Amino acid sequence: MSANIATFATILFSMILVNNYVLVQFLGICPFLGVSKKLDSSVGMGVAVIVVMVIATAVTFPLQIFLLDANNLGYMQTIIFILVIAVLVQLIEITLKRYIPALYNALGVYLPLITTNCCVLGVAILAVQDYSADVTARGFGFAYGEALICAAGAGIGFLLAMVLFCGVRQRVEEAEPPECFKGLPITLVAAAVTSLSFMGFGGVVENIIAALL
Amino acid sequence: MAEKQSKWKIFTAGIIRENPVLRLVLGCCSALAITTTVTGALGMGLSMTFVLVCSNIVISALRKVIPDKVHLPCYIVIIATFVTVVDMVLHAYMADLYQTLGVFLALIVVNCIILGRAEMFACKHTVVESALDGLGMGLGYILTMFLMSSIREIIGSGSWLGIQLLPEGLDKFTLMNQAPGGFFVFGCLMALCIWIERKTNHPIERKTCGEVLLEDQDAAKANDAEGGADQ
Repeated sequence: MSANIATFATILFSMILVNNYVLVQFLGICPFLGVSKKLDSSVGMGVAVIVVMVIATAVTFPLQIFLLDANNLGYMQTIIFILVIAVLVQLIEITLKRYIPALYNALGVYLPLITTNCCVLGVAILAVQDYSADVTARGFGFAYGEALICAAGAGIGFLLAMVLFCGVRQRVEEAEPPECFKGLPITLVAAAVTSLSFMGFGGVVENIIAALL
Repeated sequence: MAEKQSKWKIFTAGIIRENPVLRLVLGCCSALAITTTVTGALGMGLSMTFVLVCSNIVISALRKVIPDKVHLPCYIVIIATFVTVVDMVLHAYMADLYQTLGVFLALIVVNCIILGRAEMFACKHTVVESALDGLGMGLGYILTMFLMSSIREIIGSGSWLGIQLLPEGLDKFTLMNQAPGGFFVFGCLMALCIWIERKTNHPIERKTCGEVLLEDQDAAKANDAEGGADQ
């Protein structure tokens, strides 16, 4: 049991820190650069991404195993996944609007941005790539758990990167860079420095989890 | 003659004047991720150009058939089809390149260059014009990828297109091959681009697609509010 927890914890923390989607794997750069100007919008976008990522993976992973792989239709993955994600985002939007208007007002603006956000399709595809082999080895339940934890970790990592970078950016905006670096270029250089700080986490997570459990 | 010139203009627009990555700030994810080697960058650029040209042609051919309300899902299916074609061809014939591109090959579907061009250009223009636009944009994308990957590969690995340039014994600046190097080179290239624009007196305002979408929504909301007030 504790081995299972160790596996899950390792996946979660390495998705947040070591394989951070935005700063290390370059997934979801557009919202990262576009929405990180203010703290409230970066938190809103981050939370919306977590929700959509987890729900999207929860739907696409079984779909891949039981529908696509079972019928040898693996090549349809891209088309099916992007359509499922587009439909899901619409459904989430409608449900929130109808039942939780307060949450809709906070997150609604960011939902359409997420459909064409590469990090959601990215996590759906990567989760299948990394954990579908475990279905035969350790059972569907375990692999499904791994995929969901991976999606949650990726989302939390996105939120962390957005919030951290928002702070960095507000400092940068007060600085006086050379004329030609003003605006996006200096933001990108600042992102380089922020991503540098995430490089230090390589190999740390596995050792910490191993030491703790 | 005048018509020919305008077609030529459409074709060349994407290469420098409306360069998708450096001036329109579209498709940054793949431009940052797949530029550690020149070979990978060229492969990505060619796959992207193929999908861009094909989807532009099909979307502009069907522009009168596709209902306005469901245009986005239709575009996505068309684009995803061509991405699947590229995916299968590369998987079958170029296994090395397929490995290098990894998940970013499938992610061409959600690359904002393609959806952006479909939305901004192909749905309003003829098939030939859209094909030229796709080709021009694709060449502009390849050019940027080529520049970025050349800088990163020469500094980071000391080689170019796989040919060893710097002496083997020299310490390499491997950070260039990793994530921070990508952001840094992209930032510097964009700064260079702005510097040239300022020298030639053609400054433009740059917006990432996230900002553009949010502003569109704000505008739509403001419109709704005005409409509501009128009633």
